[in-house]
Amino acid sequence: MLDDIDRRILRHYQRDAAINPSDLAERAGVTAATCTRRIERMQASGIIRANRAVINWRALGYEVEVSLRVTLDKTQSRAFDEFMAAARDVPDVVEIQTFLGRVDVRLSVIARDMAHYQNIYRTAILNLPHIADIEALMHVARIKSDEVLPL
Amino acid sequence: MIELDTIDRKILRQLIEDATQSASALGRKLELSQPATWRRIKRLRDSGVIKGQRLDLDRERLGFGVTVFLGVKLATKGRVSLDDFERAVSAIPEVQTVEHILGVYDYRFRVVARDIADFERVLRRRIMMLPGVGDVEANVLLSEERRPGPIG
Repeated sequence: MLDDIDRRILRHYQRDAAINPSDLAERAGVTAATCTRRIERMQASGIIRANRAVINWRALGYEVEVSLRVTLDKTQSRAFDEFMAAARDVPDVVEIQTFLGRVDVRLSVIARDMAHYQNIYRTAILNLPHIADIEALMHVARIKSDEVLPL
Repeated sequence: MIELDTIDRKILRQLIEDATQSASALGRKLELSQPATWRRIKRLRDSGVIKGQRLDLDRERLGFGVTVFLGVKLATKGRVSLDDFERAVSAIPEVQTVEHILGVYDYRFRVVARDIADFERVLRRRIMMLPGVGDVEANVLLSEERRPGPIG
């Protein structure tokens, strides 16, 4: 299980995942050796799954981001699996989430501009199987996106 | 905006899996020299294509069993300052992301909680107390996949 030192390290590491190991040890108030050992242990036990690069799609020319909230035809027993499998094949889909609630699945779709988005929507999205209803939300701005856990 | 070639895409895919690998380790995997790999990584960072790093943690094992997405509509548009609203919601520790959207809702929040009872506490005591909050729709996250997107 985690103790206070692990939590302290994680708190600082989460806020700045690109930090170098000696700075992290200093901020967490532990020696570099302890810090390294604790992180390795949390990696081995699967608490820390990965340290991932985050891509800024705008810098690659993708100006439009749309959330598609999809309700599936649940009378079809394979609706979820078949919809998910087909959605994974659409390269413009960057995120797939499933929910318990009014919405079944949310797809995050990126496009270069509105014309490009229209094209993806017509040729790829509307061809996905078992869609009962679909609702689009356009992203305006990200105000907070650090995804830090309140440890 | 910068153009990526096949090698850049491979490097990005690798760094999405593990951003801590060194230029030499990455170069060996892709059969590229260390300096060439380093130059490409630097270009990706300097141009802002890589905007940072994110720690991927096992939320459940850290005691956060529930993630809920909230669609929030503002009740009194024009009377509440959006800046104040955004500042107030961003200050709630359980709120992980805040997105301003256009559609049936005005904002989308990602909220983590220990369990449903803890979520109810956050919803009632924090979210519903925000100035100007109107309709709120909650959807509990069951599963989540991040895809490589157009660089895949």
